[in-house]
Amino acid sequence: MKAAPLRPAPYRVRRIKRELHGVTTLELVPAQGAVPAFEPGQFNMLYAFGVGEAAISISGDPAQADCLTHTVREMGAISTALAQAHPGTMLGVRGPFGTAWPTRAAEGLDVVLIAGGLGLAPLRPAILRLLAARPLYGRLILLYGARSPNELLYRHELEHWRQRLDVDIHVTVDYADAGWHGNVGVVPRLIPRLGLDAQNTLAMVCGPEVMMRFCGAALHDAGVAMDRIHLSMERNMKCALGLCGHCQFGADFICKTGAVMRYDQVAQRLRLREI
Amino acid sequence: METLERIVLAHRFFAGFEAELGALVAGCARNLRFTPGQYLFHADEDVNQIYLIRHGVVALEIAPPGRAPVMFATEGEGDILGTSWLVPPYRWRFDARAVGLVRAIGLDAQCLRAKCEADHHLGYEMMKRFLPELSARLDQTRLQMLDVYGTAKP
Repeated sequence: MKAAPLRPAPYRVRRIKRELHGVTTLELVPAQGAVPAFEPGQFNMLYAFGVGEAAISISGDPAQADCLTHTVREMGAISTALAQAHPGTMLGVRGPFGTAWPTRAAEGLDVVLIAGGLGLAPLRPAILRLLAARPLYGRLILLYGARSPNELLYRHELEHWRQRLDVDIHVTVDYADAGWHGNVGVVPRLIPRLGLDAQNTLAMVCGPEVMMRFCGAALHDAGVAMDRIHLSMERNMKCALGLCGHCQFGADFICKTGAVMRYDQVAQRLRLREI
Repeated sequence: METLERIVLAHRFFAGFEAELGALVAGCARNLRFTPGQYLFHADEDVNQIYLIRHGVVALEIAPPGRAPVMFATEGEGDILGTSWLVPPYRWRFDARAVGLVRAIGLDAQCLRAKCEADHHLGYEMMKRFLPELSARLDQTRLQMLDVYGTAKP
């Protein structure tokens, strides 16, 4: 642990990209020193000075060492202040925190990546790592669900990945107009059609919790072992150090034992309304 | 007819179907082909056929008055269209449009209903296949209704 883990380090917004309405990607560079190494799936606490601090997943390439990349949706006062930052704005950063997507454990296996909505952002570092080391993995499948074609995140990058012949990409939306030529329907419906070699498959899932719950069940029904299904959980994180308890999820603090957790650890708790 | 029987039994929906029953079903079957943009059927038309999709994608649409049609589902290879063939008054509730070239097997709904009425074993086997389809679609519709990607707080 760092000497002063509650003290944010100053970072400058180097570049912004408006991804969607109310969704912005920020590139941050440290005011001094180097960018800390991170693992795909980890998050930082981003501090909008004078407003507050929020946990935001890292969405950048883990191989890109010169900046931190975060994609932020305007939801409340803090995330709105972060998403509306402009180049030159100073923000505070603490981290990286949390567990990582099992990209090393997935070597030699088929990998199914399932993202819903903004859940593509926390999965992006894992996707980039897998693509950079493509020969180490078997089949690579990305399922991505969104509300409508206008709300697809990283659209150009999706097109770029789709042009590769070594990754299967299936995009589905809840509703569309006649101009859409992709799938319409919910993400879990795509899973039985994949023809998975379940014994040799590992899955990483990130999206709204109810979507992850149904995807976890569909993957398990398809024969994928529960301990090979990994979900990125989300709770209200404050200290990110396992001290304050704001992110308690049953017996776990998400900031310490998550955000990436195995399905066998969380499946029962996903059905509980009280937590 | 032998070829159609083989094609029908090779469809995902009829996986494991008894050959004898397959021959009965194939007796109601014919090959169909739809060009891109062509409608398989429109809302309020009679359900004359069940479609076993063999190739291509079919968009299911509802057209609200005065607005562009909304696509609420797509069906592809291995899927079946026409779960209301057993539900009076046997009418489609939506439009179905071929997104690209679509090849399908059409099963005459009236012919199939008559055979199921005459042979309850066939009818029960058909029900055992259609009910899970209906149940799965109900589950999917519930999930779709939750609008899980919406930004509005409950």
